Amino acid sequence: MEDSRVVPVTLTVNGKAIAREVEPRTLLVHFLRDDAGLTGTHVGCDTSQCGVCTVLLNGEAVKSCTVLAVQADGADVLTIEGMEEEILHPVQQGFWEKHGLQCGFCTPGAMLTASYLLSTHPHPSEQEIRESLDGLLCRCTGYETIVRSVQRAQEIMDERRESADRETRAI
Amino acid sequence: MYTAPFDYRRAHDTQEVVTWLQEDPDNTKIIAGGHSLLPLMKLRLASVARLVDISQVAELQGIREDMGGLRIGAFTRHAQLAKDPAVREAAPLLASAAAVIGDMQVRNRGTIGGSLCHADPAADLPAALLALNAELVIAGPGTERRESLDAFFLAPFITTLAADEVLTAIVVPRMVPGAKSTYLKRPHPASGYPVIGVAAWVSVSGGRVEDCRIALTGIGPVPFRAARSEQVLTGRAFSREAIAEAAREAAGSGTLEDDEDGYKSQLCQVYVSRALGDIAQGAG
Ligand SMILES: Cc1cc2nc3c(=O)[nH]c(=O)nc-3n(C[C@H](O)[C@H](O)[C@H](O)COP(=O)(O)OP(=O)(O)OC[C@H]3O[C@@H](n4cnc5c(N)ncnc54)[C@H](O)[C@@H]3O)c2cc1C
Ligand code: FES
Ligand code: FES
Repeated sequence: MEDSRVVPVTLTVNGKAIAREVEPRTLLVHFLRDDAGLTGTHVGCDTSQCGVCTVLLNGEAVKSCTVLAVQADGADVLTIEGMEEEILHPVQQGFWEKHGLQCGFCTPGAMLTASYLLSTHPHPSEQEIRESLDGLLCRCTGYETIVRSVQRAQEIMDERRESADRETRAI
Repeated sequence: MYTAPFDYRRAHDTQEVVTWLQEDPDNTKIIAGGHSLLPLMKLRLASVARLVDISQVAELQGIREDMGGLRIGAFTRHAQLAKDPAVREAAPLLASAAAVIGDMQVRNRGTIGGSLCHADPAADLPAALLALNAELVIAGPGTERRESLDAFFLAPFITTLAADEVLTAIVVPRMVPGAKSTYLKRPHPASGYPVIGVAAWVSVSGGRVEDCRIALTGIGPVPFRAARSEQVLTGRAFSREAIAEAAREAAGSGTLEDDEDGYKSQLCQVYVSRALGDIAQGAG
């Protein structure tokens, strides 16, 4: 079909450049799951409501089912697979300690939403945490444990920052 | 869910956008944040042969001071509006409306221009921008025109914008110094869009309402100004009685949708009264 000719896109996903030729109608979430093989990003509603497809696009939380891969051309994308470094990311650690997941289906989106919140509001109030979860549907937890997980993640971030400071001072 | 296939082009200046629209205006569409257009295309409610991406057009971005007001590029995202210091200072009403659109992820993508051009009768920003007396800057083939937002919305999802025109900027006059404002929204529990949204500002001098503007969204086929409520308030003491009387006039200022049982008129009265009450208490 003449219209559906492919276009080249290059995205940096979790620090790695991925170049592909895609149909313009390829959604970012398709690109991540089918082209990059990163199936941690889930598709829940596919109608922009549930937020389980949330990833960070140039550091900002977006619903990847409502972004075209071509719109993300040249961008940096962080998915759940890229969160953990040498140790668990504070958000992952927080969810682990406070049981922020049950079935785990919404968890990739929940964690990226939480890490975006903490990157823009290092010390959010409970109200701010709840508001930031407005775009995430979780059918299991009732959100209580997610809220506690985000609060715990924030403490872990502070603890890690403090101990990093102590180490630099010690040198 | 895939949309039907389409051809994609990324524009670099406004002229290029207009040229591409002109080539086939009926089958070409601008994509800004894509947060109204893509969901429609995925459901195949909108079919488009060619999308023109305006995200790389520098002229359509940024917020700057303009003759005592603000000139806001059409491609300014809701999240930027909500936190921009110039917007919060000169037009806090706009920042507070932008802050309650959809959810955090939606605000990171959706744009002011997309919201206005899409003309969803339940969009939040039109109420704030009507109350702020905003003006639109629109580019078309070989022309640029300005239009008051008051005249822009014709019917649900229909505006005066021609198929080969681009909204380039929104000019927002600075709010009257000392004016107090609020955007009060009753979100639909499922969609998050307003069932009613009331944007209002009031400036009081010597105990009397010197000037005010009130606009409503979500409740009629197009957003509208509650001109009759404004008339009731202006020149009066900003009292509980004046607020109650102004609130009663809100519904009659525009056309409501599905109001056979009077529920929508009741909402207008209650929400205008609450919004003005918040302003009077300084909570706005
Ligand atoms: C889950 C969800 C919840 C939402 N909740 C709300 C809510 O509570 N309140 C609310 O107000 N909105 C809400 N929205 C809509 C959101 O604000 C959209 O972002 C906005 O309506 C459209 O902006 P956009 O930049 O995404 O436009 P797009 O989707 O890219 O475009 C929309 C239309 O405008 C046209 N267009 C865009 N820019 C221009 C331009 N500069 N010149 C000419 N034409 C142009 C396009 O061709 C298209 O027809 C929600 C959306 C989603 C997905
Ligand atoms: S799958 Fe993207 S919002 Fe639900
Ligand atoms: S943990 Fe099951 S949907 Fe959230």
